[in-house]
Amino acid sequence: MEPVRIPPFESFYEDHKDPVFAHLRRLLGQGAEDAFQETFLRALRAYPELRNGRHLRAWVFTIATRIAIDESRRRRPTADLPDDSVLATEDGLPPHAELGPLTDDLPPKERAAVVLRYGFDLPYDEIAAALGSSEDAARQAASSGVRRLRERSKQP
Amino acid sequence: MTSVSPELDKRFRAAAAEEGLLDVAYDVIDSPVGELFVGVSDLGLCVISYEADPDAQLERLARGYGSRVLRSPRSVDPARRQLDEYFEGKRRRFELDVDLRLARDFGRTVLEELGRVPFGEVTTYGALAARAGKPRAARAVGTIMNRNPIPIVLPCHRVVGANGSLVGYAGGLERKQQLLRLEGALLA
Repeated sequence: MEPVRIPPFESFYEDHKDPVFAHLRRLLGQGAEDAFQETFLRALRAYPELRNGRHLRAWVFTIATRIAIDESRRRRPTADLPDDSVLATEDGLPPHAELGPLTDDLPPKERAAVVLRYGFDLPYDEIAAALGSSEDAARQAASSGVRRLRERSKQP
Repeated sequence: MTSVSPELDKRFRAAAAEEGLLDVAYDVIDSPVGELFVGVSDLGLCVISYEADPDAQLERLARGYGSRVLRSPRSVDPARRQLDEYFEGKRRRFELDVDLRLARDFGRTVLEELGRVPFGEVTTYGALAARAGKPRAARAVGTIMNRNPIPIVLPCHRVVGANGSLVGYAGGLERKQQLLRLEGALLA
């Protein structure tokens, strides 16, 4: 496929600022403002290196999601690992602040999918947008991430 | 959907400029000759345009200066202040750096000479051509004036025909008259 031209940053920012802010609000609640500013400053720093304008939405959502994960971890830096039992049922899953450290050594895409799905309760279409993948792929990443965690939690 | 507040939007735009991350910071400002699109790069003022609709400018600026073009009003404040003073009749000389990196060779020399034509005076296309080193290039100078990237500050309105006629102005002859009248270079 032909690469898509990179738009002037103003157009990119205007097209994405509201959905990105809504996403951050959803992930972080109050205090999403700092994460919003950091997201677009980070996007600005990386902007000259972009070669293709095709996946800009997924790209900026991924930046925002990473910042939100770091921020929620910062808010709860000493979160203890939850009991094994919390992974047994979906209802009992721990909130994102605890899921962050718990999922540390999952492959990045699975980790993001698990945290977004079970930590932040995001629907799969939004997770797909954030990860720049299809909805099916997002669903699959989340379920194999959970499987991995379950297997790990069975080990002594 | 939750949308970005004007305060947060403003804060981000200011932070982007403050961190030196922009290729061009711009704003649209009011003036007695209509709305002006004003853009600033790290080297200085790079564009003033009577075509104030950003959509008409962004792509061109991104091609010329880099893709990080963002409206950031605070960056434009020094230019805004001096333009205001000029239009209020309180300023005769602009003290602003200009970025002419896209102008080459003769075009650049002409624009630099143009910047030296004083407030309230007029010169001719031929005289300006001569000062730039090519006395017979009056026509070429006309084209360069027509494409002047920074009108008003680089005063192409002060350049007229050998017979004293106004000839033309990229912003329209009416604006040329208005500016010359403001400077007292045109009676009536």
